[in-house]
Amino acid sequence: MKDGVIELALNREPCNEIGSLALEELESFVRALPELERESHALIVYSSLKCGFCAGADLRELYLRSQEMEPATAAKGVRDFLERIHHVMNTLDASPLTTIAAVQGVCFGGGFELALVCDLIVADKMARFCFPELRLGLIPGFGGIPRLKRDLGNAVVRDLLLTGRSINPSKAQAVGLVSQVVAEGEALRVARATAGQLGKFDRATAAAAKQFIKPIPYEELRREIDIFCELFSKSAVEAGLRKFVESTDAQPYLP
Amino acid sequence: MTQATDQTLDQILTLAATHFKVPREKLTPDDDFFKTLRIDSLQALDLLTRLENHFHVELPDYELQGVSDFRTLASRIQARL
Repeated sequence: MKDGVIELALNREPCNEIGSLALEELESFVRALPELERESHALIVYSSLKCGFCAGADLRELYLRSQEMEPATAAKGVRDFLERIHHVMNTLDASPLTTIAAVQGVCFGGGFELALVCDLIVADKMARFCFPELRLGLIPGFGGIPRLKRDLGNAVVRDLLLTGRSINPSKAQAVGLVSQVVAEGEALRVARATAGQLGKFDRATAAAAKQFIKPIPYEELRREIDIFCELFSKSAVEAGLRKFVESTDAQPYLP
Repeated sequence: MTQATDQTLDQILTLAATHFKVPREKLTPDDDFFKTLRIDSLQALDLLTRLENHFHVELPDYELQGVSDFRTLASRIQARL
């Protein structure tokens, strides 16, 4: 933390995939957050890896762990994981701090969902946003659809979700997702400058404004977990995960 | 191939050569860019974003599924100009 701004750096090779270890680290962070919030006004989430912000859930871990378990045990494990990651996301979403995601490179799936909990997204012009879950026979499971629906028009949500295509920052800004598009490598610097501006305002007023304008869609978030778990029990998912994990395709990131 | 597509192709080759630090004269329209540029899927996304930024087009990535040569890439982009 510096000058009232907390910085959460994602730094887990190869591209900040969110698996059990990353989840534990995020949980530690949100446990420490109430104490940090007393001394600060903003939180910046960024990646210190060149590959991008975050490539999403750790599908390799999900596949390998589910292979080692009975289907019912695997399903319970998935639900537990989702409950925990939702707790993290909801805590960040509800934080009285103004939160900024500084995004560069890949921002896919769970990474996109992490960016979506933030109040503002600053993206460099090489960022790429995508919900590729449907190709695995799944929907986004970390709160992506309810939060995207909260922020954008339903037609845009359908486009991103049902085609699985990735979009660049200009498009993301045009639909209202990204607040600022900046030059390559400049997202963190601009996020810091923005956080500096936020520090000029009364913290309690900013928190009240945020609470008023940014409702958390708890009911839909619960429903999302149920739908995800329902879909996870289908054989198409195992096949989709296996295909991804075993893929030697030169374009596994393209849906 | 039209003159416009030729120009698009030339710009793609120049952009790819510059960014991936490959001599421009070593790139030809029918090269497999994964092999010639020695790029993986994440770098292919990087190339896609650079092309979108350069040509001011949106190029859905599913349109690139199975595309690996510069000439076809140029025709896909040209179709959106």
